Amino acid sequence: MLCCVCKQKEATVHLTQIAGEKMQKVDLCEDCAKEKGVNDPTGFSLADLLLGLGASQEMEEAAGSSDLKCPQCGFTQADFKKAGRLGCAHCYDTFSEGLESLLKTMHKGTRHKGKVPLALRGTQDLKDKLGALQKKLEKAVADENFEQAAQMRDEIKALKTKLTEAVA
Amino acid sequence: MNIYDFLIPPAETARREGPNQRIVMSSRVRLARNVKSLAFPGWAKKPERIRSLDLIRPAVESLPEMVACFTEAMDNLSSLDKQILVERHLVSREHAAKGAGSGMVLNKDESLCVMINEEDHLRMQALRPGLQIREAWTAIDEVDTKLEKKLDYAFSPRLGYLTACPTNLGTGIRVSAMLHLPGLVLAEQINPIIQAVNKLGLAVRGLYGEGTEALGNVFQVSNQMTLGESEPEIVERLSKVVAQLIEHEENSRATLLEKKAKVVFNHIGRAYGILANAHSISSKECLNLLSLIKLGSDLGMFPDLERGMVDEMFIVTQPAHIQKDIAEKLDADQRDIVRADLLRDRLRSTKRPTMPPRDRTPEPGKG
Repeated sequence: MLCCVCKQKEATVHLTQIAGEKMQKVDLCEDCAKEKGVNDPTGFSLADLLLGLGASQEMEEAAGSSDLKCPQCGFTQADFKKAGRLGCAHCYDTFSEGLESLLKTMHKGTRHKGKVPLALRGTQDLKDKLGALQKKLEKAVADENFEQAAQMRDEIKALKTKLTEAVA
Repeated sequence: MNIYDFLIPPAETARREGPNQRIVMSSRVRLARNVKSLAFPGWAKKPERIRSLDLIRPAVESLPEMVACFTEAMDNLSSLDKQILVERHLVSREHAAKGAGSGMVLNKDESLCVMINEEDHLRMQALRPGLQIREAWTAIDEVDTKLEKKLDYAFSPRLGYLTACPTNLGTGIRVSAMLHLPGLVLAEQINPIIQAVNKLGLAVRGLYGEGTEALGNVFQVSNQMTLGESEPEIVERLSKVVAQLIEHEENSRATLLEKKAKVVFNHIGRAYGILANAHSISSKECLNLLSLIKLGSDLGMFPDLERGMVDEMFIVTQPAHIQKDIAEKLDADQRDIVRADLLRDRLRSTKRPTMPPRDRTPEPGKG
């Protein structure tokens, strides 16, 4: 097995980190392990390490082509591999597919639970409702229940007006 | 303005009171935020960074918390100023390395410091002495709520606050406590404890954060995950773990005194001997020995040493603090001499350690 950092030397240090229910494995050669401070339990965390290697590979595989480029800021997959950081907020949309699996290994969940800016808080409820209604509408159409579908359509229309008013 | 003239004198800083201050040196909550439609600082070109600094800095300065603040662009600070800020734990080492297009705003009592264009557009932190994690969170939450009215944050309902590094995504929160754990180190229990803490998804780092050594038996414990958990949940989890670490540290101090008192006294006595008599001492050795003096002081072995004195020496013996009063540039060897002079002077009126008041020394042959 080759070291996953330098990809040249034989990996002799095998790390497994279990945090909660998640398991992460990394294989390193002795030199890379030393360089990454793996022997020093105080300065080492697997998440930091993962960012530079496994993460970007995973992203590449998931995103298919590595010539994906953010239309907003021109950031590419290769840039991420180099820096371990993204270019702009829009990159999260551009690279969303690849990021999903990366986020899974890194965090407790893949959905934000926590503070929401005040300006968005009110509209968030409306948006959630809207999403639910749209699903119901699709189902009604699929079931050929047109009477219900018409009712859903009117409710959605009303909600949308409310939303535009809230944002404006 | 010279940064040192603005900063609270070390003697005063070291005497600030906080709960559990013997073991918890300080608590900190940091939030990462970015402004929508601007490239992250690491990817933005210099003119764009300067523009975003010009947009963000006035918004931060206008906060009511920032009355009479210290505000500066990083390229206007000398490398010595920046190093002093790092030694005071007010800005990160990464931020100190920044130049044009980055800035900082620090409030009067040093309880709030905002770094602009570090890795993210905004890295705002609330700092408190002792164990006050919840208080720090409340304070920074308020600042953030005020700031979101002035700046349009990059936020996604699904992913939360969008950050340059995916490790900070979601809440963008980093909750941390700086702990002095000489008992666990001396009892050789620190490594299993660190591993146990790691398993809970928390990171343990050295004195100056990411990738630094645990000098002076000082450790920083912080959360690693920021997505999928709310801020209060993270704050509570860290508070619980810190409370347990305090208990473990107290227990290992008690056990050490009971079973290996001579070993502990030997360490503390030698530390005093060197610090009070050396004529050259490195900053690393100094920190490690000061940690033992602090332990001795906690145990009541230095009755005439004022509590804040040790913490003050922790600050003033750091390299940039040694350099700041001296006009010509000192090299490391010269600094070691000045540091030793300073320590001998400070410890002149401190008598050598006595046995802790209540606990008797074990009889020879025992323990």
